[in-house]
Amino acid sequence: MPLEQKKYPVGAHPDLPPPVSTTGPLAWIKTNLFSSPLNTALTILSLWLLWTIVPPFINWVFLESIWDAADRKDCWAQMPNPREGACWAFIIGSFEFFVYGWYPDTEKWRVNLSFIILIFAIVGVLKEKLPGKKYWLLFAGAFPFIAAWLLLGGFGLKEVETSKIGGILLTVIIGITGISFSLPIGIVLALGRRSKMPALSSVCVIFIEFIRGVPLITLLFVASTMLTYFLPPGSTFDLLMRVLIMVTLFQSAYIAEIVRGGLQGLSQGQYEAADSLGLNYWKAHRLIILPQALKISIPPIVNTFISLFKDTTLVLIIGMMDIVGLGRARLNDPYWLGLAGELYLFIAIFFFICCFSMSRYSINLENKLSTGRRD
Amino acid sequence: MPENNLSTANAETIISITGMHKWFGDFHVLKDIDLEVKQGERIVICGPSGSGKSTLIRCINRLEEHQQGTIVVDGTELTQDLKNIEIIRSEVGMVFQQFNLFPHLTVLENLTLAPIWVRKTPKAEAEEMAMQYLERVKIPEQSKKYPGQLSGGQQQRVAIARSLCMNPRIMLFDEPTSALDPEMIKEVLDVMIELAESGMTMLVVTHEMGFATAVAHRVIFMDGGEIIEANDPDNFFNNPQNDRTKLFLSQILQH
Repeated sequence: MPLEQKKYPVGAHPDLPPPVSTTGPLAWIKTNLFSSPLNTALTILSLWLLWTIVPPFINWVFLESIWDAADRKDCWAQMPNPREGACWAFIIGSFEFFVYGWYPDTEKWRVNLSFIILIFAIVGVLKEKLPGKKYWLLFAGAFPFIAAWLLLGGFGLKEVETSKIGGILLTVIIGITGISFSLPIGIVLALGRRSKMPALSSVCVIFIEFIRGVPLITLLFVASTMLTYFLPPGSTFDLLMRVLIMVTLFQSAYIAEIVRGGLQGLSQGQYEAADSLGLNYWKAHRLIILPQALKISIPPIVNTFISLFKDTTLVLIIGMMDIVGLGRARLNDPYWLGLAGELYLFIAIFFFICCFSMSRYSINLENKLSTGRRD
Repeated sequence: MPENNLSTANAETIISITGMHKWFGDFHVLKDIDLEVKQGERIVICGPSGSGKSTLIRCINRLEEHQQGTIVVDGTELTQDLKNIEIIRSEVGMVFQQFNLFPHLTVLENLTLAPIWVRKTPKAEAEEMAMQYLERVKIPEQSKKYPGQLSGGQQQRVAIARSLCMNPRIMLFDEPTSALDPEMIKEVLDVMIELAESGMTMLVVTHEMGFATAVAHRVIFMDGGEIIEANDPDNFFNNPQNDRTKLFLSQILQH
């Protein structure tokens, strides 16, 4: 049935609403779920899959799960259908161990304090409008050193060996150190690689290409075994410190390439305009070039941060006990033997929360910084 | 309309180029350029594309480096010395074909950036000056917008204001209207004519011959990297001496 098209005089055509059949929930369902026989079949298949997976999962996680028990036998004894539910008592009972590792009980307040000031430092860096933003940034810059002092001790605090650090604490230390040091180092490497000085640029190219050509695991093995050969005999160089350096260098090489891509995305005109106004190299880069290059680079940079954060679990291979390592150790505990499902779901949730927040923040930042559109 | 036959004979020389050559690799772009520009003089440079006219003005603020000869701008010679280059750049404003505004900064921030960071002008003072120049290019109401939200003509006027905020003694224009839609060319030319009336020393690479007739003291025709002919607009357009000039003029004035 063709719709009656009303005619308007030339030059007086009003803005009309779109046709009814293209808007509203029913139209959405029709176009997205049942637009063709194949799509209809896929929709039905998906619904069937959801029906078979979701209810048993909810049953396992929530309905038949036990949150308070002494050990796994106790858990199963409490269940209406033994082994049909999750035994969250395992995670709850081990939670403190998963967070702090073997950090001494009497000193745990130092870890808590570090987490609290970490939150302040993160807010200080990420929140755009803060009174005294400059001081927040200074504080965030000092954070790694404050945290290192708090966690390792010395200068009046009882010293704690780095081998006592494990679990989420270790994961967060490696992740935060890698993220916060690799960005500035990566930017410097990217600028160095584009430098007109041949010596400087070739050093940067060799470094970047070498690191990118080697798997992180290899670098971690180098950190854990080979580095001692190069150091003077008898000198000890803490394993955690070596791992942090390797992870940071690894990450910097990737950030450098991303930032270089961002720098190349800018038109030559931006450099020329900055030059023609009399801005020198550093001012031009700080005020004109880097803000734009980093803005283009946000999605790939955050992508690299996310993959770094997940790659921290590789330290397990050289014997460091991060959250995955501690969890696996706890699985061998006779009281909690074999509760792998609960453990890995917990670890997955932990990583998901961290990585998903990074991803959301980056989207938020991109939207805030987009100024190019005409409205 | 500015005074066209203003005597610049007694004015001091502000740019002096002697025996200047430039190569891009093996390609000889500028050949033995000699050019004296007096304070307050307005020069229009025209010529076919690839003739080296943009390269010539880009050598004056060292966006391009010349390999032979000397360029002295306002008493300072252009050499490898970064200090000299910075001094000259802060005295010489430049307007580009593609505007080259900073897209991540608002219009006002575009204007105040160089005064604050190069001239060390206090922020409030820089903003006040920026607003004056925005009034002068007739877009004060756009100061809070980002360049991407403006039309081409508006962006080019902001770019002119941005250069003026550094209080330059010389303004270089590199085909300022070539990237604009026809209806926006006039608003930019109007701003440039007003600037000319204020006595600014201007070197303009353009094909807007109406502009040349109206404001230039001298029109320079370049071809193949050489200055072929230089004359006052009246003689340049009505009595060209060189055959290549005649050919060029017949091609661009035909329509």
